[in-house]
Amino acid sequence: MPPPAPLTISADGDTSVVIRRSFRAPPELVYDCWTVPALLRRWLLGPPGWSMPVCTVDARIGGTYRYEWTRDGGEKTMGLTGTFVALDRPSLLVSTELFDEDWTGGPAEVTIRLSRVSDGTDMVQTVRYSSREAREGALVSGMDAGLEAGFQRLDAIAAEHDA
Amino acid sequence: MDARTLDLTFAALADPTRRAILARLIEGEASVAELAEPFAMSQPAVSKHLKVLEKAGLISRGRDAQKRPCRIEGAALAEATGWLERYRRVWDANFNRLDDLLAELQAPPTAGDSRN
Repeated sequence: MPPPAPLTISADGDTSVVIRRSFRAPPELVYDCWTVPALLRRWLLGPPGWSMPVCTVDARIGGTYRYEWTRDGGEKTMGLTGTFVALDRPSLLVSTELFDEDWTGGPAEVTIRLSRVSDGTDMVQTVRYSSREAREGALVSGMDAGLEAGFQRLDAIAAEHDA
Repeated sequence: MDARTLDLTFAALADPTRRAILARLIEGEASVAELAEPFAMSQPAVSKHLKVLEKAGLISRGRDAQKRPCRIEGAALAEATGWLERYRRVWDANFNRLDDLLAELQAPPTAGDSRN
């Protein structure tokens, strides 16, 4: 069986990032994987090494969700709080969310649209940041420290490129 | 990234002044005068650097004829330095796990699961 349509991530307009992916499952199941805590914490984990000890979801308009991830046996933690603005199972989820650390200078609005297709579900996830700077910050967050490392990596690629 | 864009990007990033300009713009947009200040460099000299960065798609300039503030194009820079790749790898890992979970949820019950 061919794999589902691959992940694409692109900047859209001044303030949004659009994530597209398809899944071999009906929209109802994908929707539930976004809203049922027992399912969410099986996959929404980020980079390797993180677990999700806290995951509560009140899947109603005006309801909130709370995620807490931890790494290194609790040494590092990250938290996120969101509120649902719109919900329409199985095709739509809209929420505003904010990381505790507020890396992005204000909340982001997340819209997840799920469309039924012949072999499953097409998902379009749009993250709209509060400003252009907030989006650029989200895309390049941590880059200050890593900027030189990034440039060195580019130098290395350039050296191969010229060879 | 196509070969031509890659060449323009390398050329743009090869210069330490241009890299410093980018580091400044990550913090927020700035005018040519504001960018020139830390370098004790003339504005025309800074403008030359900005042209190179703009050609590589790493910055964009505002339309206001008087001011034309410079802003970073985070997606382009992140892609060039591999950061968009890291952002994407996080989502890739998440969705690969979601694929596995969805397959598990749809798997037919195995013999011995049913209870009567």
